[in-house]
This record gives sequence, C-alpha cells and structure tokens, in this order.
Amino acid sequence: MITGKGLPVFSGIAEGKIFYLRKHAFKTEQNLSLPDMESEKARFSAARKAADEQLSALFEKVRSEVGEQEAMIIDVQRMMLDDPDFNDAVISRLEAGSSAEQAVDRAGQQFAEFFGNMEDAYMQARSADILDAANRLLHILNGGTAADFQLTEPCIVAADDITPSETVQLDKSRVLGIVTRLGSSHSHAAILARTLGIPTLVQAKLPDGQPLDGRMMIVDGCDGQFYIDPDEQTFDRMRQKKLDAAGRRYGLEELRGMESVTADGKKIELYANIGSVDDVQIALANDAEGIGLFRSEFLFLGRTACPSEEEQFAAYREVLEAMGGRRVIIRTMDIGADKKADYLGFAPEENPALGFRGVRVSLDYTGLFKTQLRAICRAAAFGTAAVMFPMIISVDEVRRCREMLRQVLHELAEQGVLAGNVEVGIMIETPAAVMLSEELAYEVDFFSVGTNDLTQYTLAADRQNPKVEKLYDAAHPAVLKMLSLVAQSARGAGIWAGICGELAADTRFTETLLRMGYTELSVSPAYLLELRKTVRESTMDLISKGGETE
Amino acid sequence: MKTVLHIIQDKLGIHARPAGQIVKLASQYSSDIKFTTASKTVDARRIMALMGLGVHQGDQLKVTFEGTDEAAAAAAFSAYLKESL
Repeated sequence: MITGKGLPVFSGIAEGKIFYLRKHAFKTEQNLSLPDMESEKARFSAARKAADEQLSALFEKVRSEVGEQEAMIIDVQRMMLDDPDFNDAVISRLEAGSSAEQAVDRAGQQFAEFFGNMEDAYMQARSADILDAANRLLHILNGGTAADFQLTEPCIVAADDITPSETVQLDKSRVLGIVTRLGSSHSHAAILARTLGIPTLVQAKLPDGQPLDGRMMIVDGCDGQFYIDPDEQTFDRMRQKKLDAAGRRYGLEELRGMESVTADGKKIELYANIGSVDDVQIALANDAEGIGLFRSEFLFLGRTACPSEEEQFAAYREVLEAMGGRRVIIRTMDIGADKKADYLGFAPEENPALGFRGVRVSLDYTGLFKTQLRAICRAAAFGTAAVMFPMIISVDEVRRCREMLRQVLHELAEQGVLAGNVEVGIMIETPAAVMLSEELAYEVDFFSVGTNDLTQYTLAADRQNPKVEKLYDAAHPAVLKMLSLVAQSARGAGIWAGICGELAADTRFTETLLRMGYTELSVSPAYLLELRKTVRESTMDLISKGGETE
Repeated sequence: MKTVLHIIQDKLGIHARPAGQIVKLASQYSSDIKFTTASKTVDARRIMALMGLGVHQGDQLKVTFEGTDEAAAAAAFSAYLKESL
C-alpha cells in the first residue's frame, strides 16, 4: 500500500480504479539544420487553422453535451490563439529562426508566465488555459491530435494536472474522484470537483516512476489522504468512515426545511457566520435562517487601498439579496494591528488583542467608518439588514456609533440616495460590556455575544499561547455567569440576544444557553443542521425534564 | 471620439468569460476601441491584454471609441458593461 497526502478541495471518500491521464512529451528542441522561415510560418498558420476547427467542434460538442458555462472555456482558448499579441509573439520568434514548435512553445510559456505573475489567484490559474491552447498547436505540429480519452468505467482520474479542455471532455458520470500533482483550488479540476461534488485532491504527492493505471485507490477528501493498493484494514476503515459520514448526513438531511423550535414550542433563530460573499451560498445550502455574523474584514484585508463605497455596497447587497428578506447582521470592520491592512499604516503593537481595533479604529477613522455605514444603509434597501459594532466597552461608544449612523442616514436622504433602515446591535465581547449590559441594553436593538474574545478576556488566557491554551474554556463557570447576566439584561430591556462565538455550536450547552434566554445562535454553516436537531430536542421548561437544575 | 465610464461590479473583474464577450462585441464594429485603467490602456480585441488589466471590483474603467461607427459601438458597450460587468 502506498499512502500520500494532497490538498483537499472537496470532501468525501471515493474508491475506485485509477485512470491515469498521460501527457505526450513534445519535441521542441532546435534541430541542427536551421529551419526555413517561410515553411515554418506556413506550418504555424496551418496548425492554427486546424486548432481553430478543432476548438470550434469541441465548443459545439461541449455546449450541447455539458453546458454553456463549460463551453465558454473552449471559446476563450480559441480567442487566445486568435489574439494578435500571441500571434506576434510566435511570428517574431519564427523570424528569429525558431521552428514552429519552438516558437509556439515559448510564446505559450511567455503568456502563461504573464498570467502566473498576476496578483490574484484566479488570473494566475488562467496560465493553464493558454498552455492548454498552445499544447493543442504543438500536438497538431507533431502530426497528431490532442489526446482523446474515454472513461469506460467509473474511476478515479489521476494526472499531473487536468487541462481545461480535458476537464470539459471528461464523462462526468464516470468520475468518482480526482487527484492531481499540480493545480490549486482555482484550477478547472477543482471547480469541476465542487460542481460535481466529488472527493478531490490537488498538489498530491503521487508516486513517480511507476504505472498507476488500473490500480485501486481510495481518496479521502476529508483529511487529504490517498491510498494506492489499500490493504483490507484500510478498506474497512475507509468504508466505515464513508458510512458514518453518509449516515450522519442522512439523519440531518431530514431536518432541512424544518423549523428550529424547542420540544416545548419556543422558536429559535439559527443563523450562519460568514466571512465572504461566497460563503452565503454555503450558508443557504445548510438551511441558514439568517446571517448572524457577516465579518466585513474580508473587504479590507489583503489589498493595497480601502474598498470604495460602491465595492462594499455591491458585496453587502449581494448577500442581502441572496438571503431574500432573512436577517443579515453585518459587523463593522474589526481590523487592528494583527490583521493585515498595511495601507492604514498601523504601528505594530505589543498586545493587539488589547489594542487599537474594532470600533476603536472606526471611531478614530471616521471617514472609513462613514463609508462603510453608507454602503450598509444603501444595501439595506435590498433586504433585512442589521449592523453591529465590535469591541464595545462603554455607553458613550455606542452613542457615538449611533450618531454617526444617524448622520449617514440623514445625508443619504438629503442626497436622495436609496437607503433602508437597519437594526442596531453590539457585540458583547469585553467584560466591561457584560458589566454594563443593563445600561447598554437600552441603547440598542439587540446583543450578540462573541464568546471567543469574551472567554479570553474574562479568563486572561490567550488561546494562541500553547502554555495557557488549556486554561481557555468557553464553558468556564465565570463565562457562563457572564452569559447569564447578559441575557438577563437583554430581557429586562425587552431586546433580543444571540451568541455568535464558537460556544454557540457546542451542542452540549445548547439547552443551557436557550434556558438563559438566548433566542438566536449563529454558527459556521456546517453545524447548522446538527444544531437544529439539538434545539428540537431541548426544552425551555426545567420540570418537563425531571427537575434538572442549571 | 466617444467615451464610456464604468465602475466594475463583477467580483472577479474582467475574467475569462467577460473578456471573451468584450472581444466578440468589439469585433462587430470597425472603430478603434480601447480599455483604459489607472495604469494601462489596451485594445478591446486582445483577450489576454484585457484579462491582463487585472481590474477588480470597484475599479474605474474608461472605454474610448474612435471611428465611423463609434456612436453605435459606445451604445452597445455601455449597455453591455451595465448589464454584465
């Protein structure tokens, strides 16, 4: 048995025979005799014509058999070969005395490098498209046609990499899994894997120098392992794992579309935490009833300048529209010294957790804050939006945030810009906010407790520090007492309270939290159905469970 | 000369699909059509250069048209950009 690891892009377990996609090596080295320029130009032009015909035929085939979206990949390749810049690059090499093979190969590499050097991962992955197109030309120049392959039985496809044109030609009903040596989560194989929902690994350390075709393989897309010629024990173990996963999933599937109500009839809101616009689809796929924490930081990090109002507006609006009227709680930016937003020029800090972050930054950089609030208010016209402020420690901060929001709404109305009203809430994540929760409750529409930070501040234990990590316990009695106090304050003022930290997903505490009075729990999308199951088994009434005490 | 200004709404900017659509649309007109960003100007009929602009959501784009059918081309692009990019 051979085992190895790769980067999983889609989870699940697949077992089957390997179909190994072989690549042809091309002869591109210069011959000793100098090629004749005119005849090489003629060969190139003939090859281009043939490639164009092949791609047009393939385009039609893919469009009718697979779909418009996938066919576009082929059409783009056709246009790449048509691109005057690419042709100039080939011709100039031919004029410098290269053979047609050499010129096409080098020009292909040149443009692949051009894409490879671009900033974003999507564009970098486009290198594969131009290389694929150039390879087609090389095949033709070598007197053959591009590899044609047929999957005759269901199998796991293994390869160095799967080119875009190969991807669209794969018989999707026969691909059980995909394992490639190269590739990234943006490569065509990865996109295909996610569409088909099949276990897939990229950047896998497949063994070299031995035939893989026809050998048995198990791909574990959950932990990124693969097994070639697995032994009985591994077979049994992986089959059990597959059954367990399917069984758990099956049991939970029944809960899809059901209401999240306790056994004694109390309605609970089960929301999802998301960190990007794309996540909203995962939230919906897991039956989220709303978005309880939309971390807006993703808009600000990993870039060279602040996002514009328009860009933010588009992102918030997309999420609000996707959620179709269900509540979306947008947390204003929580950036600080430990999160990369270099363009803001924050100095490094000794202790970023206790430093310049969250609402402290927003209230200092009012221009930034206003832009974000404008974008949120404008997007609010397209759904049910709420805003919440992070790292609050005083009533004064809340009032200043609300004043800023009032100004923004006023300005938008004056300018005649379409905007909607937003509910206003705060994160309760500092012990100060807990102690002041009674007063704070009269200032806002809701509370959302961030148990991760609250735990680390309450217990004075940094969860990133391995020496004190074991002290970090979100269910520590001190933290639970704080949670109880916050719920009580909310009830007193007649506002609702929710929890968006990791504790909300820990089903051992669900009943305790609901009994405290929390009516909303926001968790990673993957936990939603499991949590719904627990909610439906919980009771609010102590007596019906035989006098249990909290 | 005609000019159309547009702010990119698409998350991925000018990725493969819209780049292909732009080339196709541009090929229907005889005018010289150029895409300009803060740092570069490229010909709208060159797919790799268009993708190579590296524009992102929120970036401003200037498209210029010069030729006998510039008005028709500008109208077509203005509609396309609003609808799809």
